[in-house]
Order: sequence, then structure tokens, then C-alpha cells
Amino acid sequence: MSWKFESGIPIYSQIMDIIKLRILSGIYTPGGKLPGVRDLALEAGVNPNTMQRAMAGLENEGLVRSVRTSGRYITDDEDLINVLRMELSRTKVEQFYHDMKAIGLTQEEVISLVLSYGGMKK
Amino acid sequence: MSRFECHALTKKYGQTTALDNIELSLEAGQIVGLLGPNGSGKTTLIKIANNLLTVTEGSLTIEGLKPGKQTKSMVAYLPDQECLPGFMNVNDLIRYYKDFFSDFNEYKCRKMLDSLDISHKMTLKKMSKGTREKVQLIMTMSRDAQIYLLDEPIAGVDPAARDYVLNTIINNYSPKALVIISTHLIADVEPILDDIVFINNGHIVLHQNADDLREEHGMSVDAYFRETFRY
Repeated sequence: MSWKFESGIPIYSQIMDIIKLRILSGIYTPGGKLPGVRDLALEAGVNPNTMQRAMAGLENEGLVRSVRTSGRYITDDEDLINVLRMELSRTKVEQFYHDMKAIGLTQEEVISLVLSYGGMKK
Repeated sequence: MSRFECHALTKKYGQTTALDNIELSLEAGQIVGLLGPNGSGKTTLIKIANNLLTVTEGSLTIEGLKPGKQTKSMVAYLPDQECLPGFMNVNDLIRYYKDFFSDFNEYKCRKMLDSLDISHKMTLKKMSKGTREKVQLIMTMSRDAQIYLLDEPIAGVDPAARDYVLNTIINNYSPKALVIISTHLIADVEPILDDIVFINNGHIVLHQNADDLREEHGMSVDAYFRETFRY
């Protein structure tokens, strides 16, 4: 099964987002080895050069490091992963709040709605 | 010197100009989409590259050579129609391709054929159309060629077979080879393309990296194409 991509956003940046999400959700563990570019490209159904570009982007952000001859590894820097988690959460909240505002809810209503939502409770 | 180069290339059929003053230069290591509506000149360009048509003016060269015997040893071509003899089974085909092409990789070929799960004794004409097209693609991709010219590789097959074709192309990616895919089914192929070349009425209207286009215009290559070629 190929990965799902939205139109209008460069595929390499969507791949970066998907891999970040996989790091956060523990599919790829900190310090763990990533599959090779060709395997990832096949899995995603994209051009290997595009996958390479996404990897370069992730390396730039420090989330992935490449070790000569042995492949690419997820960072084991927990601080960096926490920063990523906060960044992503903030974006999601922003989107959510934006949508709620469009529906016509006030901030108080949104907050009480979130507190009353049972999905996250233990 | 580019892997694939057109310079002031013009092709006329009588009064009709099929290709008009084309300038194009493509390098190895890329999967390029040659995209355009029906009748835009895609197949004409590909046929010239295979020496099946001659140029009217200008030139098309492969590694600096005009299309001919020598370039055929470097170019693996998938025509837009069925081209293999119906009485052959896959063992016959492998022998046939080995005879013709020194770059034919039998190991690669058998590995891909095995994944199709077809009997080696079955002749082509007894296979379904989709299977025949897959076999034809496998034969083409089994060469260790410098250039793969694939003319409408996904036009006649169902969505599952499309995925198979696209996976086969990704799987055979080599930084040493250039892959040119001509198609009007853009949405299906666009994730696997590096560069796109838009061709319309015999002109190249755009040659750009696919992700750069998505970034610049905020739409998919398919959406951009529909916008550009709205009738």
C-alpha cells in the first residue's frame, strides 16, 4: 500500500511529516535504524530521489543521521524529539482552534468541550 | 553531452507539424514524465528516439549518437501497443531477448516473472491483456539499459496492475539510467516522477521538477495540467 499524499504540497515535505509522526508515535524508535531509501521509496510509492530529498531534509533538522556504510538512524536525542512533539501539538491545536472558531465556538466553549471529551481519559 | 538531447527538433507529417523546434536535455538518474494530451506529440518523440521515424529538421541524440543500431543497444523501449509474438511463452521470450540484447538480465527477468505467478508454458495469446502488458513491461525493464522509454505503460491496465507497473519502475530505479514515461494519466504516475515535461501541440510548454511545481503553484501536477490544458 502506498502512502497517501495530498495534492499541492511537495511530496518530499509530506514524507518528512509522515516520518516525524512515525518517530513520535514510536513506529520508529529513537536511535533505531531506518529502512533503506529504496525500500522506503517502494513502500511509499514514490521516486527514490524524492525519498532521498526527504531524508536530507530530516538530516538537516537533526532528526535522522546517516552513518557511512551502515545506513540511517533516528536521533536518540530525546530533547529534540520532545521539541518536535510540542511543535506538532501546537500546529494541531492551532488547526483545531481555527476550525472551532469557524464553527462559531468561543474559547470558553472550546475548553469546556475539550474537558468534557472522554476519549483521552484513562 | 546529455543522455537524451533534442536540439531544434521538428517533425512534420506532410502539412501537419507534430513537433515544433523542440529543445530538451535529460540526464541519467531521473524518472521523467512526458506528459501531454492525446495528439500532442509524445509518441512521435519516442518513435524518433527509437529510429522508427526520422526527423524533418534538427536533431535528437542519445549519448551524442543519432538513433540507430548503436542506440538501440542502449535504449529499452516499451511501445504503446502489444509488440510480442503471441505464440511465444515466457521461456521463448527470454531466449528471444537474450539473442537481441546483450544487456538483457535473465536473473532479474525471471525474478520479476516469478512474482507474476504465470506458467512458463503459457503462450502470450492465452494470457489476459493485463498479464500480457505486465510481461511486456518486465521484458523491457529486464534490460540493464541506459534509457528506458515507456510509452503509455499504464493506459490499458486496471488500478491494481497500475500499482504493479509503478512499483516495477521504482524497483528498477538506477542512478545510471534515465527513465522516460509518456502518459496522459498524470495522477497515477506523478508520485514517482522527478521531472515533468509538458508537451502540447508539438511544443514543450514546461520542464520542471515535480515537487518544485507543487510548491510553486500549490497544486498537484495533475491539477496544474488540467488547468493548463483546459479545453
